[in-house]
Amino acid sequence: MSQDIIKLVEQSSLKEDVPQFEIGDTVDVHTRILEGDKERIQVFTGVVIARSGTGSKEMFTVRRIVDSQGVERKFPVHSPRIAKVEVKRSGVVRRAKLYFLRERSGKAVRLKERRTDRAKVGK
Amino acid sequence: MAKDERVVGILGRKIGMTQIFDESGQSVPVTVLQAGPCDVLQVRTSDRDGYEAVQLGYLDKPRRLASRAQRGQVAKLDSKRSKKRSAAGVELLAKANCEPKRYVREIRGPAGDLDVGSLVKVDAFEGVATVDVVGTSKGRGFSGAMKRHNFSGQRATHGVKKCHRHLGGTGCSASPSRLMKGVKMPGQYGAARCTVRNQKIVRIDAENNLLLVRGAVPGPNGGYVVVKKSNKM
Repeated sequence: MSQDIIKLVEQSSLKEDVPQFEIGDTVDVHTRILEGDKERIQVFTGVVIARSGTGSKEMFTVRRIVDSQGVERKFPVHSPRIAKVEVKRSGVVRRAKLYFLRERSGKAVRLKERRTDRAKVGK
Repeated sequence: MAKDERVVGILGRKIGMTQIFDESGQSVPVTVLQAGPCDVLQVRTSDRDGYEAVQLGYLDKPRRLASRAQRGQVAKLDSKRSKKRSAAGVELLAKANCEPKRYVREIRGPAGDLDVGSLVKVDAFEGVATVDVVGTSKGRGFSGAMKRHNFSGQRATHGVKKCHRHLGGTGCSASPSRLMKGVKMPGQYGAARCTVRNQKIVRIDAENNLLLVRGAVPGPNGGYVVVKKSNKM
C-alpha cells in the first residue's frame, strides 16, 4: 500500500512523453542549462550503457570517448532539464548493462548496428 | 503564529522516501509522510492542567484490542465512578466520540479554536515553511563503539590481535582509578526518540493526507511520527 502512495507522489514528477531509447543506442541528450537568466541547450552524445531505478528515480548512463578518455554522464529520465533524447543509431546488445565497454578502447568499443545497414560506430 | 495563536502539529506515519523535481527542474529528496486526519481527544488548559496542549489521536484501533481505559478516553463509558461523580454534580469531561486510537500524543501549545472532537488535517500546515519531525529511530540493538560512536577501531595488521573493532582506552590509570561518567562505550543503539528540526515542507497533499518534507525522517517506513511547526526560523 505504501508503494502505491509513493507512486502517487511520483506521478507529478513523471514525464508524459517518456524518451524512448534502448540500451546500446547512440543518443543525443539535449540538456537545458541556465546561465544567468538565459537558457541554452547542451548536447551530450554517446552510447546508453545502463538504465537503473524506477519511477521518478529512473536514471540512464551515457558513455562516450573524449580525447581517448572515457566520459560517462548519468541523467534522470524524467528530469525537466532533459529537453529531449534523440536516438541516432541502435546497437545490437545482449545484456542490460554494457559495463564491459569500460574495459575496451578503440575499435573494440563499436557495437553492431541493429538494422539492415551495418555502418560502423565511432564512439 | 498566524492562525490566531493555535498550535500547528499533526501525527502521522512515514511512508518512505523518493525524489521529485521542483519548478526549476532540480531533483529534491523527499520523505512522504501520511499525516492525519487526527481527532482532538483532549485539550489541556493552563487553568485545569497547568499547561497548554492538544492531545491528538491517529489511526483507529479496533475496539476489541483497545482497553476499557482507551475506549473511555475517546467516548463516554458508563461506570460506577462516573455515575457517582455525575450524581455528585461533577461535570464530566467532553469526549471526542470517536474510535479508540492507535497513536496518541500531546502537542504543547495553545489550542486556539481547536475543540475536543474536532479534526486536524494536513492543510493546517498551509503556509508553514519548516517543521520538526519526531520519530523513533531504527533499533540497532547492542552495538559496538565503531557503529555507535563512529570510533575508528584499531588496525587490521601490525600485531593487533583480536581487537580490530575495539574502542581502545576508556580513561586514566591509578588516578582517578575509576571511569568518568558518560564515556562512550558499546551499548544499545537506536530505537530512541529522535527529532529532526527545520525540515522544509515540499508539498502538502490535502486530498490524500500526505505531507512531503525535504530530507530524511527518523525511523523505519511505517513508523509513527509527530510533525510540528518548527519553533526556530
